Amino acid sequence: MFLVLFATLLITVILLGPTLDKLLVEAIRNQVIDEVNQGNLKFENPEERLSYINNQIQFRSKTSGLDQDSFTPSKLIHRVVGVMTLDLGKSHFFTTDYGSSNVRDIIFEKVPKTLLLFTTATLCVTVIGILLGTFVASKEGSWWDKSNSVFAIFSNSFPTWWVAMLMILIFAFTLHIFPARATPLSSPSDPGYLVDLLYHMALPLITLIIVSFGAWAYVVRYFLINILNEDFIHAKRTMGISRRKILYSHALRNAGPPIATSVGLALAASFGGAIITEAVFDWPGMGKLYYDAIGVFDVPIIIGLTFISTVIFLITIFITDICYTLLDPRVKGN
Amino acid sequence: MQNNLLLGLLKSRRGIIGVSIIGFLLLLSAVAPLIIPIESYFLWNDPDYWINNPKTAAPSWTNLLGSKEFEHISLDSNDAKVTSESSEGIRIDNYEFEINMQADTFPDDIMFLYSAKYGDTPPVLQIDVKRPDNNTFTVYYSSLPAANNVNSTFSDRIFSTNENVKESLKQYQSLFSYSISSLEPQVVIFSDTNKPNVLKGVYQISERFYLFDNFSSVEDAGLILGGKVFGIMGTDDLRRDLAVGIIWGTPIALFIGLTVSIFSITIGLVYGVVAGYRGRRTDETMMRVNDIFYALPTLPLLILLSITFGRSMFLIIGFLLIFSWMGTAKVIRSIALQMRNFQYIEAAKLMGQSDLKVIFKHIIPQLLPLTFASVAIAVPAAILAEAALSFIGLGDPSLPTWGQILHDANTADAASRGIWWWIIPPGLMIALTGLAFFLIGNTLDAIANPLRNKNKRT
Repeated sequence: MFLVLFATLLITVILLGPTLDKLLVEAIRNQVIDEVNQGNLKFENPEERLSYINNQIQFRSKTSGLDQDSFTPSKLIHRVVGVMTLDLGKSHFFTTDYGSSNVRDIIFEKVPKTLLLFTTATLCVTVIGILLGTFVASKEGSWWDKSNSVFAIFSNSFPTWWVAMLMILIFAFTLHIFPARATPLSSPSDPGYLVDLLYHMALPLITLIIVSFGAWAYVVRYFLINILNEDFIHAKRTMGISRRKILYSHALRNAGPPIATSVGLALAASFGGAIITEAVFDWPGMGKLYYDAIGVFDVPIIIGLTFISTVIFLITIFITDICYTLLDPRVKGN
Repeated sequence: MQNNLLLGLLKSRRGIIGVSIIGFLLLLSAVAPLIIPIESYFLWNDPDYWINNPKTAAPSWTNLLGSKEFEHISLDSNDAKVTSESSEGIRIDNYEFEINMQADTFPDDIMFLYSAKYGDTPPVLQIDVKRPDNNTFTVYYSSLPAANNVNSTFSDRIFSTNENVKESLKQYQSLFSYSISSLEPQVVIFSDTNKPNVLKGVYQISERFYLFDNFSSVEDAGLILGGKVFGIMGTDDLRRDLAVGIIWGTPIALFIGLTVSIFSITIGLVYGVVAGYRGRRTDETMMRVNDIFYALPTLPLLILLSITFGRSMFLIIGFLLIFSWMGTAKVIRSIALQMRNFQYIEAAKLMGQSDLKVIFKHIIPQLLPLTFASVAIAVPAAILAEAALSFIGLGDPSLPTWGQILHDANTADAASRGIWWWIIPPGLMIALTGLAFFLIGNTLDAIANPLRNKNKRT
């Protein structure tokens, strides 16, 4: 797992390192020129002024290690450590609600909102998916079962962010139930902020749920039906244990591990889609920041976000693994 | 086996639906260059090319549902009745356009287009509108701008917002029973004189050019009435015909989807077979590498790659390839692992055939049917990934892809402005294409996948 994290980091740094260097040198140049323009330094002629500026730029780049090639090992290590601690300097275009333009502050302000949306959606989808999947599995071949399969196939074919646009069209434009922009209007210090935030979260949340619960239920159904055909279930039934009890406690328990894995992977994959969905809804999380940062090419923010989303992605996979061990006693034994 | 595959595909209902959707899309791609001008593909992002279309107009079939909106009209000299007469050395070229006005709403604007060649004495242009109530309005009467150099063609358009037009219309106030001073010219021209409604009927609009010397000539004349509805799919904010964009998007999506899936499945196939067949340490190492690729977050890295290396279509196909071969490799490896113990493979090995030959002559041909299924299943993911990249603004900017259209729609806030015709069709096309390949892949997989068949039997 850490290998993956490190690989992603290295790729990120190698890809964007030179660009970041260029931007930093540019920043130093601007700083020097500013100082020269505002300071009390007097120059005899333009050439002298130019050479002073160039000397200053070279001196400062050297002290901050910018003159080295981006790919020297010491520099790469330095960079990677910098990314891991999110020490990425200042953003050129974005600030936090409180006006800080430090990349770390900006990202840490956005991450909780993404997590709030993403985890709530995941929890809702999990509950709906398991309940619906079990229900459908108990009525294999019925109208419910068939329509759920069709719904799952359809909802899998639509891009999440496109459904998001449709939802805005239906609920915000036509019906006026929810706001089209999910950024809350009140300030974070306002007492009503939380309510406002939740109200604005409703539409993105509904979208994420609608798009993924069908596939979830389908996966649950698939594994449950496989289990329901096994001998021990038939044995239990002949013992006179009620259908309902077999379904919910015995079958579901046994279908748990494979469901957890396949859904965990799907969840990790859907994280990317959730990022774009955020951008559509203007939900003030990482995805929106990503979208905006790409628009203005703010490299420090992009590097930081890539790192953080890799971490979240890996944590999701990790949690799936833990769920697997919790659900499957055989793994614990080993 | 291949024949079985095809037969099985056409026997299942899902397969038939999938095949017919793909057939339709292929047909659409094939006829695209025939039914729409090829420049619209290259000039998709060039606002000049689309200047004659209305801005953000709904599809014209919406007229069947609600009130009858004015449908966009764009006429050129081929649609005009051209007459020419000359008296006392003055030649008069007359272009007469006939418009049957049946809509309930007024046009958004009117543009009179002309293109003329003249020397020192510029021609005079007079525009008359003969209305169904037999009034004739002279809308414009003025000479064309002085020529800079002789014998060059001068093209321009007169808008209905032109001051000259407004002034000329004021003289007809006496005909109207209400004040027209605050109305736009395009409203006045098409208004009933008794009540502020559209006067329905046939209008004759003529552009009359008075030419004062022999080498002056009128090259072209045209008339555009800006409508609120246009074409089968309407237009976007940049006046682009969305039907054209949707049609051009089809071959691009099919190309990207098929290329990515064919290549990625091939990579996965070879990788998986080699790992499974060689076994032991090779297998272990190759599967670890596979795991690392599996766990990389696709979208953020795709974003990084296209930011650093550029956004051409072939680069994007390459990026998508990097992240799409792992699944196949895993499945194929588990099958190859079983196959290497089959007797005929062992026999081939005992006969002294090289590993390479065994893999390519004996193992891979057995896996081909499954490979076809995997190719079809992998297409939707590739199309979705490309659309997602385009949507966040990192697609190939020169191509009219569906993702690109949706990106433009999102940037222009189409959803909260209710411009549904800009949002629904591209997304539906993405979903339809994905669905078709998914159905085909699923059917093929059910026939060809040995693992799945075994599961079914137990």
